[in-house]
Amino acid sequence: MKDIDRILLAHGGGGALTRELIAEVLLASLGRNADGLPDAAAVPGVEGLVFTTDSFVVKPLFFRGGDIGSLSVHGTVNDLAVSGAKPVALSMGLIIEEGFAIDTLARIVRSAATAAELSEVQIVTGDTKVVARGEADQLFINTAGVGIRQTTSDPKSLKPGDVVLINGPIAEHGIAVMSEREGIAFDTRVRSDASPVWPFVKALIDAGVEPRVMRDPTRGGLAACCAELAGDSDVTIELDENAIPVRPETRAACEMLGLDPLTVANEGKLVLFVSEGQADLALDSLRKTAGGERSSAIGRVVPRKRVPCVMRTRFGGERILEMPYGEELPRIC
Amino acid sequence: MEVCGTHTHAIGKGGLRSLLPQSVELVSGPGCPVCVTSQRDIERILLLARQPGVVLCSFGDMIRVPGLETSLVEERSQGADVRIVYSPLDALDLAVREPGREVVFAAVGFETTAPGVASVVLQARERGISNFSVYASHKLIVPAMKAVLEGASRIEGFITPGHVSVIIGPEAYEEVARQYRAPCVATGFEPSDVLEGIAMLLECIAEKRISSFVQYTRVVKPGGNKRAWDMLMRVFNVSGAEWRGLGEIPGSGLVLKEEFASFDAAHKHELPDMGPVQLPKCRCGDVLKGIIHPPECPFFGNECTPRSPLGPCMVSSEGSCAARYKYG
Amino acid sequence: MCLAIPAQITEIEGARGKVALAGNVREADFSLIDEPAVGDWVLVHAGFAIEKLEPEDARETLALFSEMQEGIGDFGAP
Repeated sequence: MKDIDRILLAHGGGGALTRELIAEVLLASLGRNADGLPDAAAVPGVEGLVFTTDSFVVKPLFFRGGDIGSLSVHGTVNDLAVSGAKPVALSMGLIIEEGFAIDTLARIVRSAATAAELSEVQIVTGDTKVVARGEADQLFINTAGVGIRQTTSDPKSLKPGDVVLINGPIAEHGIAVMSEREGIAFDTRVRSDASPVWPFVKALIDAGVEPRVMRDPTRGGLAACCAELAGDSDVTIELDENAIPVRPETRAACEMLGLDPLTVANEGKLVLFVSEGQADLALDSLRKTAGGERSSAIGRVVPRKRVPCVMRTRFGGERILEMPYGEELPRIC
Repeated sequence: MEVCGTHTHAIGKGGLRSLLPQSVELVSGPGCPVCVTSQRDIERILLLARQPGVVLCSFGDMIRVPGLETSLVEERSQGADVRIVYSPLDALDLAVREPGREVVFAAVGFETTAPGVASVVLQARERGISNFSVYASHKLIVPAMKAVLEGASRIEGFITPGHVSVIIGPEAYEEVARQYRAPCVATGFEPSDVLEGIAMLLECIAEKRISSFVQYTRVVKPGGNKRAWDMLMRVFNVSGAEWRGLGEIPGSGLVLKEEFASFDAAHKHELPDMGPVQLPKCRCGDVLKGIIHPPECPFFGNECTPRSPLGPCMVSSEGSCAARYKYG
Repeated sequence: MCLAIPAQITEIEGARGKVALAGNVREADFSLIDEPAVGDWVLVHAGFAIEKLEPEDARETLALFSEMQEGIGDFGAP
């Protein structure tokens, strides 16, 4: 198979191709080792400081349940939160296409401000660039965020017997965004779940839970999240299809569009791994947090099998969960 | 044997193989429309995509299928206008919205999809939409079932495609069942449907009830959907077609009738004739015939993976190899 | 072959219209079925209704999609 020498859309999909791009091109070019560029990182020489960056290119800019402004804040806050850090401050860089309506820009930034208040973070610095018409698709936002470490998340700490929890139903953000794309002619009442997960992490910390690992499954969905994590560890993650919460309207939307809910993006989900002994306490803390009523135990960690990540199907069969390729191709026939 | 990509996918996703007794072997046949599209058709579709001014619309599965040099997704990264659609109607609507572009729809699929394409071609003609054409690569399933059985096969029965059966009716398999003594059961797609269909088939085989039956009675009706079939026959003629791995099968394909030549992309865009095209190495043909199971292909899992597929069986989400690889 | 799901007709205009399932609404074409009527359950494939369904058959299919079980009373009008 010939080598890929151009960027494909799938390179941005959060799946296997993204990982390859990072490892083989970005890290190699930066002269960094294979430990990678995690979503949020410690800052060398500064104890307890966690630093993250993220970019937002969502299209359309406004969707049911959010917009690029609120999303940029929640997304950044969540990267920090699942690293175990209390989010403190954000930067916001705007790249704006010539001709973009100023009213719309203001609306987006106000939305970001509201999102920031919700998470008690401040947007302390920013940057604004304008490019000629046609050189950027309306608006891109880049953020950076800093937080103070309160707890840890370490894939190497996973042990057989650990329990996998999630704070609510999956696949909502992806469906909400897709439904508003032009050319799709699809209306739904599914709303994006874009929201901060920091309140959930805080509730866990306050309850005395010591998470093994925390993740926020975004692009690539729950499947990418667990497959990637399992691949990086020396255990196997076993999910239970019956236990994964999906709203009926989301499931119907996925069926209509030929998508697998496990691979559809989320923006307000926390996937948490805890020891068996702490599972009940953790689940209880999640359920008591606003928005976490449908938190569920969705799987377990077992000793490493032939494959890193599997799912027990509704029917008692077993299926392998792999890193999705990157651009999930909706099935029709 | 099952001859439906959606069955292949459902069996994989539901982990159903692991639930069947040892004495039952489920073979995946040529049921994935993307997988059975000939390499020649793939190359011609790629040629169309490269033409300036063309918007190539395709179902999602097709865009990663490897051509000799490239694929639709790679063409897109190099500037070709390739769009994923969910329906041929999306392609027609696009032609209306963008009158300055030439919209070509890659029409792949069996009897479930073809009537819709026929309807779209008729609509295009009625509305005078001239910047729209289809590359017709539809296939008919029954001739392929016969071709598989001709090859002296171990196949004792079929679960037949539930939604194709909605269109063609369960009677369409009667001849195959009788001639080759292989009962057929039109089956739905949920795991319980598939298991029920297999159970019914096993009973038929055991009791020597050699005929065509229906498990998926919720939607499959005697006689099928005559209106849909008539629409298909108004627009298409049955012809021979080249299937990956099975070669040329008479009466197994659909070509646009001459009166619709202006909606036939090959004709309209003057595609050059091409001899048969072979992908080097790829053993998809043998997999499609049920001669080897995916893991028995020497390239399965090493040189050929969903990430870097050698052939369509690994690309399409309904391909036997992709299903086996993903679901185990 | 082919992904097709049950949905209910909510709007008809000529040969086209809309179908809904659990609040999700998609455009659909009815040229392949006889006498479509608002409220009919149909099987939809690639934007086309390919067959009409009795409501109990539609429900049975939907019941087999696990998560639908809780929302099963919810179908119909978006």
